[in-house]
Amino acid sequence: MAVFIQTMVAGVLIGGVYSLIGIGMTLIMGVMGIINLAHGQLMMVSMYITYVLYHYLHLDPYVSLFIAMPALFFLGCLLQKYFLNPLIKVDSVLPENQVLMTVGIGIVLTEIARFIFTSDYKAVKTPYSSAAFFIGSISFSVPMCIAFLIALLFTAILFWFLLKTDLGRAIRATAQDKEAATLMGIDSEKITIITFGIGSALVASAGCLLMPIFYLFPDIGGPFTLKAFVITILGGLGSTVGAIVGGVVLGIAESLGATYIGMGYKEMVGFVIFVLVLVFLPGGLKRLTKI
Amino acid sequence: MKKGNLTVGIFALLLLLFPLVVRSSYYQHLLIIIFIWVIIGSSWNLLAGYAGQVSFGHAIFFGVGAYTAGILVTKLGVSAWWGMLLGGFIAMAVALFVGWVCFRLRGPYFALATLAGGEIFRLIAINWESLTEGMVGILIIPTFKSKLPYYYLSFGLAAACILAIHLIMRSKWGYYFVSIREDQDAAESMGINTNRYKNIALLVSAFFTGLAGAFYMNYMGFIDPDVVFSLHYISIMAILVGIVGGVATIMGPAVGAVVMVGLQETFRSSFFGLAPQWVSEGHAIVFGLLVIFVIMFMANGIVGDWNKISRLFWRRKAVRT
Amino acid sequence: MTFFAVKNLTKSFGGLLAVNNVSFQVNEGEIFGLIGPNGSGKTTTFNCINQFFPLTSGDIIFQDQSIKGMKTHQICQLGIGRTFQVVKPLGRLSVLDNVTASAFCRVNSIKEARDVAEEVLEFTNLYGEKDKLAKSLPIGGRKRLEIARALATRPKLLLLDETAAGLTPTEVDEAIELIKKIRDSGVSILIIEHIMKLIMTISDRIHAINFGQTIAEGTPAEVANNPAVIEAYLGEEYVKGQGH
Repeated sequence: MAVFIQTMVAGVLIGGVYSLIGIGMTLIMGVMGIINLAHGQLMMVSMYITYVLYHYLHLDPYVSLFIAMPALFFLGCLLQKYFLNPLIKVDSVLPENQVLMTVGIGIVLTEIARFIFTSDYKAVKTPYSSAAFFIGSISFSVPMCIAFLIALLFTAILFWFLLKTDLGRAIRATAQDKEAATLMGIDSEKITIITFGIGSALVASAGCLLMPIFYLFPDIGGPFTLKAFVITILGGLGSTVGAIVGGVVLGIAESLGATYIGMGYKEMVGFVIFVLVLVFLPGGLKRLTKI
Repeated sequence: MKKGNLTVGIFALLLLLFPLVVRSSYYQHLLIIIFIWVIIGSSWNLLAGYAGQVSFGHAIFFGVGAYTAGILVTKLGVSAWWGMLLGGFIAMAVALFVGWVCFRLRGPYFALATLAGGEIFRLIAINWESLTEGMVGILIIPTFKSKLPYYYLSFGLAAACILAIHLIMRSKWGYYFVSIREDQDAAESMGINTNRYKNIALLVSAFFTGLAGAFYMNYMGFIDPDVVFSLHYISIMAILVGIVGGVATIMGPAVGAVVMVGLQETFRSSFFGLAPQWVSEGHAIVFGLLVIFVIMFMANGIVGDWNKISRLFWRRKAVRT
Repeated sequence: MTFFAVKNLTKSFGGLLAVNNVSFQVNEGEIFGLIGPNGSGKTTTFNCINQFFPLTSGDIIFQDQSIKGMKTHQICQLGIGRTFQVVKPLGRLSVLDNVTASAFCRVNSIKEARDVAEEVLEFTNLYGEKDKLAKSLPIGGRKRLEIARALATRPKLLLLDETAAGLTPTEVDEAIELIKKIRDSGVSILIIEHIMKLIMTISDRIHAINFGQTIAEGTPAEVANNPAVIEAYLGEEYVKGQGH
């Protein structure tokens, strides 16, 4: 039983961070109707920023949040403005060319990282990296708990932003009906740029939060892109609340898989859930709530 | 049309004579690899370019075909050539399942579902060691030392694949595929069972890709999960071959295969040893940049945008003279 | 025999009743008009008939057979063709290929399909444009292409969804001629239309709905004089128009 509870705790904690990744993806998906296949790679960039800041300036990863997030916001805006938005005007047989573009961006980001940092594993070993405290016999990893709390905080801020500010409302309006939003005087191009920026900043924060715990290498982005996708499918496409639930579910499932099936299959658990959801619950968890 | 047939005929003849003239096994090897990519790229193009169902998981069928041939040797002790017969059909069986799951989604969501599917198969191949030998991979001794049999076989397969797709596209199936790509709702209301025809496109595509996989096993003699189920080097490469050459054109993937394999080889060998060694490290980044470039400026690929490209060159010539 | 009937059709989206208990019957060889203000549930009715949406309740009968729960493509194969209000041309295909693809519904060889397509293009007066890309057609041509594509599936009943919307007055007259010609060739027609001139001249009978509910049914003259219809839909404008 203790093992089970321990597994659940670990799952929920990592799930909080997954939610951040998932929400970023969901926002982009909702507003632009495309899947950002460079999502994990953007996180990888943020992780390298954190790594460099720690390595050369000895900045704590949590302080790096304030540098990595704006940097990735800016990068996201640039990518959307100069690489994705121009494609709307290009007539191509494949409607998925924006998605393909994100694949290209992902490859380039990964390879640039490999060029600069080589394929070696990097880590940020803070004093608290392996610290833990206990409640009963259940251990709580300190960096995981901090990550979870910060993830909660960011999610709350994001919801406040989406629900209470004009810009947030404009983003939600564009996600619901782009054409109508444009007719209402919303500059949808600007909205897509800002949304991509916000999505990138969110995944950047996840990168900073995971940096004390994870090893970093250029190819780490791909698996996280896939995780983000699984989360969004799980949560029901385009639903931010669903993404939070989806993130936690994926965290728990991976944790259970690693404990009871074996580490080798940990990555696969997400995909199996993904297939099961597609087959038995099209529309994701959102379907269950009938909203 | 007549002129086109003649050009294709001459090209085919040149390719048939090529290994008799150029005895270098390196160049023969390059062409064999190109033929394999012609098959994969054309198959991908049938599903994505014509039927509009963009697959990010063609490594599934390539890998399954390759492993079918490999496992026949390691587990049943029969020749890997039987895999050439079976590989395509096993890949089709897998495609039935993949289609059953993935065709519940449309557009970009379908694309990502196939991508996830590819990763699932890679992980299965890594972890199901009793069947696949896991990361160790499967090693067999190729039947022939000479490259000639492989050359002609892969050339024949590539030609058959292109011809089959050409014929399909001039039949009811072809019309239905393109209708589905252009507007799925319109297609349904035209009496097209979109689900059935999407699956047909997938099955044909999987068959040829599986065949290519089985041939790869026979030719290379070694496979492991990270090679044949690779997202970047199979699934994404298939997409690149398609879009660089030109989606929804018959010869596009063939042109794409030449360009992509050529580029890959040029960079991998650091411009045939002329450039410093570190250039070879950069071949993946060139891939990425090429994707971005092609999508932004040559959305219909070399064949699809041929008029645009030739105009560009023609104008340059005009300036020079 | 019942040629085509909608029985107590109800469709709700979440809690919203888009169509509420609507019933009507179309006789063979008839042009039957379905009218109602914007958002009254006309297109939803069409989408239910060709099964884009599942019905919430009610039934749809075609040639004595319930078609409820069938797939969209089966509906077409049974002999109900439709056009879309928001046209859906297969943009990168030529006009001829658009119609050829559709003709494969009844024939299998490319030769036969092309013959059917050319005949239909001739019939709909699009033959001169057969080699143009569908997306390059002006709106009038696209609307006719919608009809041509539906006709190539050899329907017994044709559902026309606002075929004349956005057309010039001359084109509307041409559309009226075309619709009559289609009826005379033996195809029954169920038509949604906003342009009163068109619907009032060609319909044999008209069914009016508002807020998803039936408010009147009868000949064009009866419906036009029905107070509920005048109030809900035609309003003063039409009454004034009659005065001129």
